[in-house]
Amino acid sequence: MFDLLLFNLRTQNVGVGLGEWLTFLKGIRDGLVVDLEGLYTFGRAVLIQSENQFDAWDIAFESTFAGVELMPELSPELLDWLKDAAAIDGEVVELDVPFDEIRRQFYERLKEQTERHDGGDRWIGTGGTSPYGSHGRSRNGIRVGSGGHRSAIAVASERRWRNYRSDARLDVRDFQVALRALRKLTRDGPEELDVGRTIRKTVDNGGEIELEFARAKQNRVHLVLLLDTGGSMDHHARLVSRLFTAAKAMKGFKSITTLHFHNVPYGYLYKDFATHQRVPIEDVLATMSPHHRLVWVGDASMAPWELFGRHHGNPWGDPEREPVGLNGLGWLKRVRDVCNASVWLNPDPERFWDHPTVSAIGAIYPMFPLTLDGLRDAVAHLRSPG
Amino acid sequence: MAAFDQFSGTNTYIADDALLSSVNAAIALERPLLVRGEPGTGKTMLARSVAESLGRPLFNWHVKSTTLAKEGLYTYDVVQRLNDSRFPDDSGRNVSDIRSYIKMGVLGQAFQADERVVVLIDEIDKADIEFPNDLLRELDEMAFSIPELDETVSAKHRPITIITSNAEKELPTAFLRRCVFHYIEFPTRDRLRRIVDAHLPDLDNDLVEQAVLRFYGVRKIKALKKKPSTSELLDWLVVLASAGANPDDIASKLPFLGTLIKQEQDLETVAAAMRRGQGGA
Repeated sequence: MFDLLLFNLRTQNVGVGLGEWLTFLKGIRDGLVVDLEGLYTFGRAVLIQSENQFDAWDIAFESTFAGVELMPELSPELLDWLKDAAAIDGEVVELDVPFDEIRRQFYERLKEQTERHDGGDRWIGTGGTSPYGSHGRSRNGIRVGSGGHRSAIAVASERRWRNYRSDARLDVRDFQVALRALRKLTRDGPEELDVGRTIRKTVDNGGEIELEFARAKQNRVHLVLLLDTGGSMDHHARLVSRLFTAAKAMKGFKSITTLHFHNVPYGYLYKDFATHQRVPIEDVLATMSPHHRLVWVGDASMAPWELFGRHHGNPWGDPEREPVGLNGLGWLKRVRDVCNASVWLNPDPERFWDHPTVSAIGAIYPMFPLTLDGLRDAVAHLRSPG
Repeated sequence: MAAFDQFSGTNTYIADDALLSSVNAAIALERPLLVRGEPGTGKTMLARSVAESLGRPLFNWHVKSTTLAKEGLYTYDVVQRLNDSRFPDDSGRNVSDIRSYIKMGVLGQAFQADERVVVLIDEIDKADIEFPNDLLRELDEMAFSIPELDETVSAKHRPITIITSNAEKELPTAFLRRCVFHYIEFPTRDRLRRIVDAHLPDLDNDLVEQAVLRFYGVRKIKALKKKPSTSELLDWLVVLASAGANPDDIASKLPFLGTLIKQEQDLETVAAAMRRGQGGA
């Protein structure tokens, strides 16, 4: 009966393994779950392993169980209480109607009722003497809502875990966690005493001290960030600055370089746009080693002539003073040919990627969305560039 | 259903229903419980309160960046044995018996305990990225082998295992799949009041009310790098109370802000927000 839940989770891209699914079913069989609220928290605890997926769980849970929302309200406990209530004397209103009849009318009235009612003697609502609803003065009747505890569906439909989704945009720390995977530790630091091996060797040696040395671990990766700046990128300035802050604050990289360009580089990259301090791309390429990793960040959207223009190297430049050279696309290819370990991060959501310049650049560099998932995929690609 | 330990919080640890349900599911399913959440929301405290409420001893394994999985199981003190073999003393250790030089780690001790115990593996993400993988079998079967002795240590009673993580490193999927997962949410105002009352029952009501109000105001400031958490609120309240702060001043001046906000940049952010009249009640 829970197959639909499994199916809905799959639809939400939540991979549930057979092991967890069996655990989930076993828990239900063993009576760990008594109501829909319990199912919501128990299922989430067993089937979901990260708060990033809580939102997907909420959606899947809601679409699976939204239809059965009313059932748990009529738990045996409630029915018992309702029966008992009829026996209680007091200044409360007593209805001379069998309980079954009240229940039947409850469902009927539920169908008829289209709006909220407070007070009154007929509709389901709060206050009043109607046998249906909560906080009313009628002691025998049906109370709707299990006071204090909100229904699981209400909780699920609230979707308060939306901000935790890993395919949403993220914060500095999340970027750092993702970037950290890019480190590549190799033993080529200064020599140091390897205590563990020294002890082993000494013991093997029957107690005669034998010193062992090893080189310390060091990260050899040089990270180069190439940021599209200005124009349509202003829109994404905050996001890009977070990535930038994250990278800057990372320890362990051999070096981190940040260079800027606008839309697409022509011959030069800018150290600082404000001061027009620029370096020829060829100079940058000359410093590339197999340990360099290039990360382009840009929306890759521009007027097609900026990228494909055949007329001149720099369409913005002065034709008299600057030599004709590669066009934008040519420069991108040139950089890729020198440093293959490179990716393009696009802050625009993927649905906007259907644009001639975006697909042209996407054909040169593997393109990933600038989200946590995208950055992880990009890092995975950089670790083993094809 | 077999009877099992039921955790229902303690006097000083106020847990919400979802957390109780996750803890009890983990106990019933005999799976480790992986707890994540903002720093200061009581992840470590949870294990202590579970142990206290169930009346079980707590074995605390605090993981550091240099911790190896094996250290939690046992260590073989080769150096001591070498030393004893060269310089025999009257310590009573028998050099020819490896057993005298095997020391059980936290998990090892927990497995050997004569009753069901609570094990806390604190901040598992601090250790090397392979650390959780090295513990897969141990946590699954609650057993490990000691090759030096050619022996297997299996848990007499499967311990209740609680693992905390700050998400500094991604945990491997194989590991995650074996855990019951819970994310501790930041408490609602209602529950926060109950937490404060449980820890600091003697404080002036006005003071607490004002401070909590301001506290949520500060947390609302979007630009903060590190939002203050429950434990920082408790510290702040203690300082406010012992300095005899006037409840009315709390609203306008935010005294002793340093206990609440730890980063210099955040202090400036809060000051700027106050000037703009934000971050208030």
